[in-house]
Amino acid sequence: MGSNMAEAHPVGFQWVIEAKARGARVIHIDPRFTRTSALADTYVPLRAGSDIAFLGGVINHVLSNDLDFREYVAAFTNASFLVREGFEDTEDLDGLFGGYDAETGTYERDCWQYEGADQEREEPEGASPDSPSGDDDSEMDKERTSPMGSGAAGAPLHGATNVATDPTLQHPRCVFQILKRHFARYTPEMVERICGTPREKFQAVCEAWASNSNRERTSALVYSVGWTQHSVGAQYIRAGAIVQLLLGNIGRPGGGVFALRGHASIQGSTDVPTLFNLLPGYLPMPTAGSHETLTDYLDDLRSPTQKGYWTGADAYLVSLLKEYFGDNATAENDYGYAWLPKIDGDHGTYRTVMDMVDGGKVFGYFLLGQNPAVGSAHGRLQRLGMANLDWVVVRDLAMIESATFWKDSPEIETGEISPQTCRTEVFFFPAASHVEKEGTFTQTQRMLQWREKAVEPTGDQRSELWFFYHLGRKLRERLAGSTDPRDEPVQKLDWSYRVDGSGEWPEPSAEDVLRRINGYRTRTGEPVDSYLELEADGSTACGCWIYSGVYADGVNQAARRKPHDAQGPYDRQWGWTWPANRRVLYNRCSADLDGKPWSERKKLVWWDADEGRWTGDDVPDFPATTPPRYEPPPDAVGPEALRGDDAFIMQADGKAWLFAPHGLLDGPMPTHYEPHESPVSNALYGQQGNPTRKVYGRTDNPSNPAPPELHREVFPFVLTAARLTEHHTAGGMSRQLPYLAELQPELTVEVSPELARIRGLTHLGTAHVVTSRAAVQARVMVTDRMSPLWIDGQVVHQIWMPYHWGGTGLVSGDVVNDLLGVVADSNVFIQESKVATCDVRPGPRPRGAALTAMLAQTRARAGVTVETGTRIATADDVPHVTHTEDDTAGGTDDGSTDDGSTGNSAGEQS
Amino acid sequence: MYRQLTGPDPLGRGAAAESPRYAALRPRTESADRVADSVCPYCAVGCGQRVFVRDEKVVQIEGDPDSPISRGRLCPKGSASLQLVTGPQRQEKVRYRAPYATEWTDLDLETAMDMVVDRVLDARERGWQERDEQGNRLRRTMGLASLGGATLDNEENFLIKKLFTALGAIQIENQARI
Ligand code: SF4
Repeated sequence: MGSNMAEAHPVGFQWVIEAKARGARVIHIDPRFTRTSALADTYVPLRAGSDIAFLGGVINHVLSNDLDFREYVAAFTNASFLVREGFEDTEDLDGLFGGYDAETGTYERDCWQYEGADQEREEPEGASPDSPSGDDDSEMDKERTSPMGSGAAGAPLHGATNVATDPTLQHPRCVFQILKRHFARYTPEMVERICGTPREKFQAVCEAWASNSNRERTSALVYSVGWTQHSVGAQYIRAGAIVQLLLGNIGRPGGGVFALRGHASIQGSTDVPTLFNLLPGYLPMPTAGSHETLTDYLDDLRSPTQKGYWTGADAYLVSLLKEYFGDNATAENDYGYAWLPKIDGDHGTYRTVMDMVDGGKVFGYFLLGQNPAVGSAHGRLQRLGMANLDWVVVRDLAMIESATFWKDSPEIETGEISPQTCRTEVFFFPAASHVEKEGTFTQTQRMLQWREKAVEPTGDQRSELWFFYHLGRKLRERLAGSTDPRDEPVQKLDWSYRVDGSGEWPEPSAEDVLRRINGYRTRTGEPVDSYLELEADGSTACGCWIYSGVYADGVNQAARRKPHDAQGPYDRQWGWTWPANRRVLYNRCSADLDGKPWSERKKLVWWDADEGRWTGDDVPDFPATTPPRYEPPPDAVGPEALRGDDAFIMQADGKAWLFAPHGLLDGPMPTHYEPHESPVSNALYGQQGNPTRKVYGRTDNPSNPAPPELHREVFPFVLTAARLTEHHTAGGMSRQLPYLAELQPELTVEVSPELARIRGLTHLGTAHVVTSRAAVQARVMVTDRMSPLWIDGQVVHQIWMPYHWGGTGLVSGDVVNDLLGVVADSNVFIQESKVATCDVRPGPRPRGAALTAMLAQTRARAGVTVETGTRIATADDVPHVTHTEDDTAGGTDDGSTDDGSTGNSAGEQS
Repeated sequence: MYRQLTGPDPLGRGAAAESPRYAALRPRTESADRVADSVCPYCAVGCGQRVFVRDEKVVQIEGDPDSPISRGRLCPKGSASLQLVTGPQRQEKVRYRAPYATEWTDLDLETAMDMVVDRVLDARERGWQERDEQGNRLRRTMGLASLGGATLDNEENFLIKKLFTALGAIQIENQARI
């Protein structure tokens, strides 16, 4: 679901086909019949943006027919845990959970806690309960990044060992029963009404999934950004995980939830993050106020009374600070903790771009192998943001749209940008390619693979490693004599990486950086072999604790390349997989309560009673010598507090969470909400969309109306977009190559024969797709791959577009991302770009001033104002407050403004 | 035809149809000076690549049959990576566009680095925030932002995050949020 694997991850898909050849049944659930569907046993259609309803239906099927893997569920999940009295479900509140504050669009989440867990809530320092403006706290919550920030740990949990449980799973307040009630309404009829999936097809999926999940068999679930890029994205993944947990498919061979990621090292760039809210290894960036000192930070990260390996977070953080600041990080100065900058809200890429547009806040921008002018949602906003900066540094292999926006962006035609008035200084630095530098990528299964350097780069081409090493070196030279305390962290950095070569500008050694990411003993420089060796006393340094072991024994383990036909089934000597070269996470679950494999067929790790330790085909994901039936003493904490069945060793309570008592901002359980832009009302509740989504209500970010707003007939169709095999994301690495350009020469829009008839579109003719943001022109592809769906008594048409085109390259086309506005999931700030509403019209789009006028007229016809889409609460009995950030909020758009030549976005709508 | 009738290739699909020129052709991989082990730079499957080098130039990129992930296969993108690496679209020189300029100009790499250093310090200074309204320490700058990293190496991302963090720049983002 949410993945077109055959198209987007083609070589990975060979394994699905191989499994099929060996008897596995492949089911593809998707809004469009794709290359994956063509190779699957069964294709099941659904409406884009309705996956939680579908998965909720599967959960309901499993629970109401007692099809869950009961022994597994009782042992390894929190099904038996009791939730506090007073917990209110969406069933009670028309689609909201208890604790909702309509003013701020956030939840007060204490009422979702377990019974017996510490009642105390950690307030950010300075926010006293009796502060005159009680809203401040909630507003801050909305902007707080704690759910993402707690990363690997889920969330801290106080008093985890005191939680009340009912092992029989019968108590009305136990998670199992709450889950059952919550999903009871997701019947096959309801699934059909919401998703448009014919009842029999849905039933067949439920039966196949459940019957293939037991001691002898496992089912795997694959998703990609078709799940993440939604305003309820985190809950899509949660829903999939709940199904897999109920059916006992996690931590077992052939099971799991596979996130197929889209770029060579996108997994790596989350692990070793270039993300605002994270430090390496999913340690959160410190938050202003609540994380003033190292102790505050660590106390907030993990409770001294919780279980599991996250209690070692102090060692992970201190070791990171030792890597960063070397000898300057001492016990006396809290290892330089105070030198870390603090975050206090949404500093995500879209917020930053809006700040660029507004001016005076952001002055300079680095683009490192990224092309937001084409690749980010709301391309126009991206380009206008860049055109309003002092400077942009672009590092890429080839000239991309984000480097040339000042002379050839679509806004040149509309008069919004012109070279003569654009003040942005642009530096283009040619980058070294993947064969001209060495280093590791982390692929989608967490495997690091080292690349050798084949040749030297040419001319000014350089690696990012070179660029940032020397930028740092130069900055340190410039600030060396400064007495300003703000320059201290730069002065105190340990920047002593080995270099290969001589002179002023040698290439730094990637292997030395990897060695320091792995970690070493500060006294001897000797590499550590695993994160278990890290200490919180400054005796170890480690750049990313989860990568600890990649340089075990002083050997670059990521460079291992023992051929697959010369080693066992888990290929443990090819590359290195974090953590600890373990292939299957939580693999303790592959054994039963006594530590025996659930079946011979599905064995992976097991308890060897003679040796007194866990063993098996994979590296066991459990304390090596903790017996399967172990009961820890009541005062134990950390890894020692894990019971023999606490298989989820990073969780504060050792269990997989069917119900998340903490850590998510939009609910402890997934609920179907309609997308931000939807042609239909939520069939389940008065609450239409995610009540906590981030809407960025601004005149330059208009939304198409969705129920209960009027005039949705102006944008009657559902738009979804995705990849083609032959191109890569924003096209910077594909539209320039003759082979790939020839294979996919032109932007297309796929429509069903029915929709083509309705709108007068002809196959291979030209059409343009229109939203309140933009119009995009494409060749029409009339195809049965898109079929109209019958949704709650009405026909809903969906259209599909690939999104790889932009203005430069051997093949060019309009930017599909221009069609999208920015609205984001509140947990992770990922934009909803997999679903929006639109219109599609025959013929080419208008250009220049005529385009601006047409868009203004269309918005006027749809009654679009800055408030459209910003009433995020629509349930009964709560105020339906607008959430806008413009001064113009409350005004209406009369559509009379068609002057787009103001040089920036202000005045785009009046 | 004669060779078809008299030789071991009656269907004319092999030796019988081979021209002397064809027979003399050798695969680029055979004459390579060396082969580097690499990984496809496109999607996250992480297919193994073998990079063939001759006279310090990349002459061919093929799938690595040893890889347990890809077993020698590459999709169209991975197969086209020779063009990605050696194609004429590759820029070799630093380019500079001054404010209000209508065209690019050349700039020396070291000069460009120095100019970026100046600008980083200036933007950092102008966007500096020492404390928030409640007096909590922020110690950061909002004047600088960065986007990218999903096609970069872990080692590169590590230095990027480390340097920006020390500078107090927090708006450091990448494709993983997109
Ligand atoms: S060859 Fe294709 S499937 Fe393999 S990593 Fe490259 S892009 Fe992905």
